[in-house]
Amino acid sequence: MAGLADSLSHVLARDLLLAARKPADVITPLVFFAIVASLFPLGVSPEPAVLRGLAPGVLWVAALLATMLSLGRLFDADHADGTLEQLALAPQPLTLLVYPKILAHWLTSGLPLVLLSPLLAIQLHLPTGAIATLVLALLLGTPVLSLLGAVGAALTLGLRGGGVLVSLLVLPLYTPVLIFGAGAVTASAAGQGTEAYLSLLGAFLVLAAGFLPWATAAALRISLD
Amino acid sequence: MLDIADLSCARGDRTLFRGLSFQLGAGELMHIQGANGSGKTTLLRTLTGLSHAAHGRILWDGRPIGELAEAYRAELCYVGHANGMHGDLSAVENLRFQAGLSGAPDSDPAAILAELGLKRVIHLPAKLLSQGQKRRLALARLFVAPRRLWILDEPFTALDIRTSGFMAERVALHLAGGGMVILTSHQEVTVATPKIMTLQLDA
Repeated sequence: MAGLADSLSHVLARDLLLAARKPADVITPLVFFAIVASLFPLGVSPEPAVLRGLAPGVLWVAALLATMLSLGRLFDADHADGTLEQLALAPQPLTLLVYPKILAHWLTSGLPLVLLSPLLAIQLHLPTGAIATLVLALLLGTPVLSLLGAVGAALTLGLRGGGVLVSLLVLPLYTPVLIFGAGAVTASAAGQGTEAYLSLLGAFLVLAAGFLPWATAAALRISLD
Repeated sequence: MLDIADLSCARGDRTLFRGLSFQLGAGELMHIQGANGSGKTTLLRTLTGLSHAAHGRILWDGRPIGELAEAYRAELCYVGHANGMHGDLSAVENLRFQAGLSGAPDSDPAAILAELGLKRVIHLPAKLLSQGQKRRLALARLFVAPRRLWILDEPFTALDIRTSGFMAERVALHLAGGGMVILTSHQEVTVATPKIMTLQLDA
């Protein structure tokens, strides 16, 4: 068991080290997130009342798209340089090795989005209480985006135009997270309870974390065959 | 011991070879030969379990490798065409990751790299290494953890004469210790061992 934990921590440490070596890969989706969210006041209306209504949806959609942008980082390089073969041949189940990879992806794509979101929420005139809900909802929802994205990234590995294909595959699957994530923030802004929304997002996270790495590993094995 | 019976492999619609059978016991080396495209790499990948055979059985100590899964992979080291190294990580970081993945945290990557003549470049990003140095880095994986079965796809390509000789010695040592080796090579394999078998794929 100690050997397994050690292997998993090596996979996590490697991906975090690589992200630190290439900060541009981490920053680009984050800047994209900020720009998309900032375009709405320019394009729709700078009216605080209008923006307040749009904010939950805009921030969530921007977060989905920013996550999409970073999915290529998950397995593409490992597939090209043969590291993925070595992961598949390691004496640990590939399903378990996929966890630290997805965790590293979330730490370098989802978590920065969560941390940046309050700033953008203020820009969109979201009330303070709703900002707290937004952060909490993103904290529960963005790991689901990484987990679902990993399945899409694994399925489209090595295909030409994989980047576009992965959006077509994954964006429809993101809709439940979008609906309940944005719903939570809207409810909070309207002074209603958010417990139901957040519980559902939590349930998504538990289910996704339980099953999707297994699906990802199966897709990776198919891509390697 | 590895027991291959009636193995057929296909890529897409094309059958590469069929009815392949051989056995490999302790201390034996199997040299797989064949023209480009005859299915050498596919055969090796199938033997690792990465690719699936169209037909046939691969048994390790009498049990199918698919059933053994992790237990088989813990006995195996595969060095394929791709070096499995990330260009942005240094040589020693790459090898340390391999060691962690192989469950050999107490191996000494720096010493292994020094033995392979990479002492001066262990802290350079792997992308700056020459082709031959990258290959040595990939082969260094063989020495991080003891594995009974080595499966090597063109291990001597791009290596200089000295390193080829060193690798041949290490392969002989591995065989003498009861290990098994399956490799493809277009060069003559000059490993000092009594039990070299050859398999001609396009025969």
